[in-house]
Amino acid sequence: MSKTVYRTCPTTGLRIDLSAQALIKANAVAAVVFLAIGGLFGLSVALTRWPAVHLLPADWFYLALTAHGLDVLLLWIIFFEIAVLYFASAILLNSRIAAPRWAWAAFALMLGGGLVTNVAVLQGQSSVMFTSYPPLMAAQHFYLGLILFAVGALIGCFVFFGTLVIARDEKTYQGSIPLVTFGALTAAIIAVFTLASGAIILIPTWLWSIGLVSNIDPLMYKLVWWAMGHSSQQINVSAHVAIWYAIAAMLFGAKPLSEKISRTAFLLYILFLQLASAHHLLVEPGLSSEWKVFNTSYAMYLAVLGSMIHGLSVPGAMEAAQRARGFNNGVFQWLRKAPWGNPAFSGMFLSLVMFGFLGGISGVVMGTEQINIMMHNTLYVPGHFHGTVVAGTTLAFMAMSYLLIPLVFQREVAFPSLAKWQPYLFGLGVAGLSLFMMGAGTLGVARRHWDITFTSAPFDFNYPPTAYLLMGLNGMAAIAAALGGLMFIVIVVKSVFFGKPVRDRITLAAPSGQPISAAVASYGSAGTLRIPGTLVLVGVFFTAFVLYYFVNWKYLSEVWPMR
Amino acid sequence: MSEIEPAPDQEPLRIPFMQRVLDNHFLLLFLGVVVPTVLYIIWGILELVQIPVAP
Ligand code: HEM
Ligand SMILES: [Cu+2]
Repeated sequence: MSKTVYRTCPTTGLRIDLSAQALIKANAVAAVVFLAIGGLFGLSVALTRWPAVHLLPADWFYLALTAHGLDVLLLWIIFFEIAVLYFASAILLNSRIAAPRWAWAAFALMLGGGLVTNVAVLQGQSSVMFTSYPPLMAAQHFYLGLILFAVGALIGCFVFFGTLVIARDEKTYQGSIPLVTFGALTAAIIAVFTLASGAIILIPTWLWSIGLVSNIDPLMYKLVWWAMGHSSQQINVSAHVAIWYAIAAMLFGAKPLSEKISRTAFLLYILFLQLASAHHLLVEPGLSSEWKVFNTSYAMYLAVLGSMIHGLSVPGAMEAAQRARGFNNGVFQWLRKAPWGNPAFSGMFLSLVMFGFLGGISGVVMGTEQINIMMHNTLYVPGHFHGTVVAGTTLAFMAMSYLLIPLVFQREVAFPSLAKWQPYLFGLGVAGLSLFMMGAGTLGVARRHWDITFTSAPFDFNYPPTAYLLMGLNGMAAIAAALGGLMFIVIVVKSVFFGKPVRDRITLAAPSGQPISAAVASYGSAGTLRIPGTLVLVGVFFTAFVLYYFVNWKYLSEVWPMR
Repeated sequence: MSEIEPAPDQEPLRIPFMQRVLDNHFLLLFLGVVVPTVLYIIWGILELVQIPVAP
């Protein structure tokens, strides 16, 4: 076996296995490339749904929508997640990475699979949306590419588990793994279930597209497919929560308020988050209310409890760290004095707030069987998940990139003044996308629908004029989001390929006195609960949550009058 | 922290039960796969196969 070569990071003091570093770079770069492609398709979709623009013809619209979902939701997110897994295991544990050859094989499978599926979509015979529900049938290589990608990502997860074992055996850390690594472990566990479910359902579907299997039961497909489709969103949540903790630790030296409570919150994810897959089948006949309500309500609320714990714990940890540094005036001095001009911080904080307010609240509302019926399959759904997976996950991953560029790529972040504004512009655009789509969905506008005017339809149907207004605003928000995304791509490409090398120690935003490695790569709690500012923020969140939840029940009572 | 040698007159270091569970990564992996497989997939499939086939 070849000998592992390390370098020592001058900023964090962490020992870095160079093959882990190369793998992180490769996966992160692939991720960003697919974000660029997928983002462009997203923009074209949004411009098509802007009635006054109506950019693409119908067949191209569905092709672009399929490519958008595929490239951003699967490829961008999962490539980046694999980079996060390697970072949180090999780097944070000071360890060598397990089986680098396998990790490269995984990368090749993912990249090859991703490209094959993209080709299938662009050839035009596979505009089946990324959900590919039978009886819609795509070209065979559409499924084959997805299967290769899933197998590759699964291998990546096992490299992560292997690295955990190596680190423990070689005693590169003491006691328990750090919280960020524990969050990544949560993501990896959910990923195993996710990718296995994906393979289980896509293999027979692929055989069906070849003609070797005569029939795929649509309901059975939906059931198993969503074990992948939904759970993969829970990989995202776990990964971006881990990143919130990582950024808080790296920028503020923040320790979690309580290791025990944060880890228990991750355990709630491991046990319950994946069951919420059932919310995608809430209007399906043939499944009992017991199954639906158990999986979406009882289990999901436990998982939501986990998210609320993190939502308190992450800002709380930052507040405690800032107060320890002397920002003690009033309730919010700690927050005012935060490094708002540092895109790693602003991206992370916007991600935290928007994930909670936009994605979180709407998710609980839609996960409730009774009120779900009002927005099922409307634009409310993409409105919700652009709050979770774009405002939450994508923005968190962007924020993390601003730290990976100097620490892992050893390059200075290019165009610093552009970088300063990037999270705000992207965040603003995405908040608009999310809110306007939710608004239009509340008025009944369907998702995945090319023409809301129904020009060539045999029946006349008119949405209220507000719906048109909202779709126009949505198109403008999409332009803002796309510009913010483009800024990110330009900054990353310029920094990574043409950036000035970083050789010395760099200063992360708020020097905390203790080495960064001690904050991000070790076990330990902040040991204080004096976080009045965070409690106020959480209070605001709960008020918004409760009000919105009850407003929706009130709507429901109007939809279904009981007289 | 099992590697810490307890001083001869001390009780061996007791790690709380929950912490041992959380440190057992493969137990967590097992739970994270089995719980949704049973409650979501298997329970769901059992309901689907009971739907009578249309004549
Ligand atoms: C420039 C940024 C983006 C814009 C303008 C955008 C816009 C849109 C629009 C307008 C839709 C179509 C809704 C419909 O007609 O049903 C959509 C769907 C979707 N978007 Fe985005 N989006 C962006 C970024 C992202 C990102 C970063 C992700 C994931 C990480 C994402 C995930 C999805 C998914 C999964 C769908 C559903 C596709 C389907 O229904 O098959 N989007 N997006
Ligand atoms: Cu879901």
